[in-house]
Amino acid sequence: MPFGNTHNQLKLKFSSADEYPDLSKHNNHMAKVLTPDMYERLRSKQTPSGFTLDDVIQTGVDNPGHPFIMTVGCVAGDEETYDVFSELLDPIIEDRHGGYKPTDKHKTDIEASNLKGGDDLDSNYVLSSRVRTGRSIRGFCLPPHCSRGERRAVETLSIEALASLSGDLNGKYYALKNMTDAEQQQLIDDHFLFDKPVSPLLLASGMARDWPDARGIWHNDNKTFLVWVNEEDHLRVISMQKGGNMKEVFNRFCTGLTKIESLFKERGHAFMWNEHLGYVLTCPSNLGTGLRAGVHVKLPNMSKHAKFEEVLKRLRLQKRGTGGVDTAAVGGVFDISNADRLGFSEVELVQMVVDGIKLLVEMEKRLEKGESVEDLIPAQK
Amino acid sequence: MASSFSRILSSKRHIGFLSLVGGSVTAGFLLHREHVSAGTPVRRSYPASAEYPDLRKHNNCMASNLTPAIYAKLCDKATPNGYTLDQAIQTGVDNPGHPFIKTVGMVAGDEESYEVFADLLDPIIKERHNGYDPHTMRHPTDLDASKIHSGQFDERYVLSSRVRTGRSIRGLSLPPACTRAERREVERVVVDALAGLKDDLTGKYYSLTQLTEKEQQQLIDDHFLFDKPVSPLLTCAGMARDWPDARGIWHNNEKTFLIWINEEDHTRVISMEKGGNMKRVFDRFCRGLKEVERLIQERGWEFMWNERLGYVLTCPSNLGTGLRAGVHVKLPLLSKDPRFSKILDHLRLQKRGTGGVDTAAVGGVFDISNLDRLGHSEVQLVQTVIDGVNYLIECEKRLERGQDFKERFRYLKRLCCLPVVFLFLFPDESAFCSSLGLK
Repeated sequence: MPFGNTHNQLKLKFSSADEYPDLSKHNNHMAKVLTPDMYERLRSKQTPSGFTLDDVIQTGVDNPGHPFIMTVGCVAGDEETYDVFSELLDPIIEDRHGGYKPTDKHKTDIEASNLKGGDDLDSNYVLSSRVRTGRSIRGFCLPPHCSRGERRAVETLSIEALASLSGDLNGKYYALKNMTDAEQQQLIDDHFLFDKPVSPLLLASGMARDWPDARGIWHNDNKTFLVWVNEEDHLRVISMQKGGNMKEVFNRFCTGLTKIESLFKERGHAFMWNEHLGYVLTCPSNLGTGLRAGVHVKLPNMSKHAKFEEVLKRLRLQKRGTGGVDTAAVGGVFDISNADRLGFSEVELVQMVVDGIKLLVEMEKRLEKGESVEDLIPAQK
Repeated sequence: MASSFSRILSSKRHIGFLSLVGGSVTAGFLLHREHVSAGTPVRRSYPASAEYPDLRKHNNCMASNLTPAIYAKLCDKATPNGYTLDQAIQTGVDNPGHPFIKTVGMVAGDEESYEVFADLLDPIIKERHNGYDPHTMRHPTDLDASKIHSGQFDERYVLSSRVRTGRSIRGLSLPPACTRAERREVERVVVDALAGLKDDLTGKYYSLTQLTEKEQQQLIDDHFLFDKPVSPLLTCAGMARDWPDARGIWHNNEKTFLIWINEEDHTRVISMEKGGNMKRVFDRFCRGLKEVERLIQERGWEFMWNERLGYVLTCPSNLGTGLRAGVHVKLPLLSKDPRFSKILDHLRLQKRGTGGVDTAAVGGVFDISNLDRLGHSEVQLVQTVIDGVNYLIECEKRLERGQDFKERFRYLKRLCCLPVVFLFLFPDESAFCSSLGLK
């Protein structure tokens, strides 16, 4: 909460050793990096809005590990967190984002015409295509730390900006707390509705406070462009459609994002961005592009191949179940998306997905015919 | 070895010494409203009206009492430890209501919360505790178990008896707000003191971070192990942070006296045994509590207590005695009687399932305990439970014989309109009836 932090002053009366968390059973990025010495150096600091080291790491202390993935174990409460606590966050970012150094520069490219191909992924295999990212509004605290007043201000700004979208982006906002039963059911049927987070990773960071106040969903009339307000980030922007035309999905994504950005700028608000970290979001894992471009694709044969994981790794792709990050695959249908977020541009990441999926579908077809795929195994990207 | 802790808390030790000399009333006086100053005022970017929570769909004591005016008055205040109103009410904002009970919707982060946020907490206390006004009333503390009578239940009906309460260590923040170091200090202070218990109270401490598989299984089998809270009422208040650091269970070798450390309160103290000897359970309860208090005082600490609010605990619903005395009792016939709930109400009792507060009854066995916590002493509350349960068993027996208990209920209705102290003067219903010349 954005107040003066007397509570942090109280902690400083106790020795650092007495306050240092017990991370002996932990396996997340924060636990790997936060030594007692580092804790001692950073614990007296706070961001201008009063976010402290313990606020940053609480989710990582409360959640020792995750069965499927190595979690980050940290969150940002505002843009300055990445600066004030860079001693902790830089090594975490480096470890999480494939060796990205504190001196590296991140390239932003949302010029959709730079994408080659992507309009012809085989719809017999690729059931749906989706691109998502997040955006934070500069000057406001992030979901773990914002007050109700701030969160409501973010919502008001977002509603105003989104109301100006037109053409195939013409749409409507549904506040979570005012939804009728009929609206709610429709949003569930469309797979648009997001629920109060249940994951302890999110709850422990304080993102679900005051639910459902100032949370909502905006989507266009065509149901192909969707914005979540005040879930894990200020905004989550999603472009999606059935079938394999990733190019169209990405076109709409870039057009929509660019338009939204200019609408916010007209109202005197920029997105949080800098040339080192790209777009700044709540979770360090989403820095840079914050982009996850993915498809739901049928790979019943390929997924059973001994080299499936290896191929994905070389293509810089990751698999998930069709229910999202915490689920397993059903019926040979996988959610395949880019593994990277930072250090590559949006166009580069979507290109990796497009090229990678093309290859995987080709391999699937070979295996169907009982042929070998050895000659198709790619080199490490 | 002088830790940084003993340096900060030298002023608290001073209060501790005073309490040894002059009783805890002195220490309580020092924390009287006028003497507590709030901490550094908080800095806010938005006016109170923009921050006021949306409580339109809420039904808890906080929502019933937090007007925009009170919010505006208190929202920029903090306790000396830096605990704020928004933190105190977060659990009530996040949890609009509970299916079975009207929840409180607010917690204290430290002893001073009850002073700094009195404008909100006093009306909540009044609502929750049957009109108790902390401004004008004094809470009686009485842990003299010898005053209890008729405390042996019919064991064909009463399967087990239990008394629990909580105690907070003065000078350390409460579970919603405590730092890791404070929580660890609570653990050190209490475990150190418990090591001094002797005879039938001799026991052992099991830290949750160091349990072996075998120890864990044993504690589960004994129904002693407490888990990381899953109830959003507790997790939203921040009590489960850093789990399981500095949490643990202590119990005596006989497994009849048990202390939880750093769950919802600094300590929860439980005396229990199978069967219906509530008198013995309460006797052990009082002895154990007094002994623990003596042991911590020897080391310069004391419990949070004052004469307005009694024992100070995290949840306002547990102020006063913090005491819940209850039995698991078989009432298959009575529980199906339409008058059951009303009878319990008049007896100042409540029913729960045998799994605890959020469960339903199984096989006609109910957990029956006192409703009240504040404004009545421990002895009074335990006697209320004893008298009430004895009466319920009488009703059950009558129903078994195909008789009704209407007549008695009418008398008891009159009885229960009188202050609770009457139950103390007239130990059982037949004494009362004969005093009125009734059969």
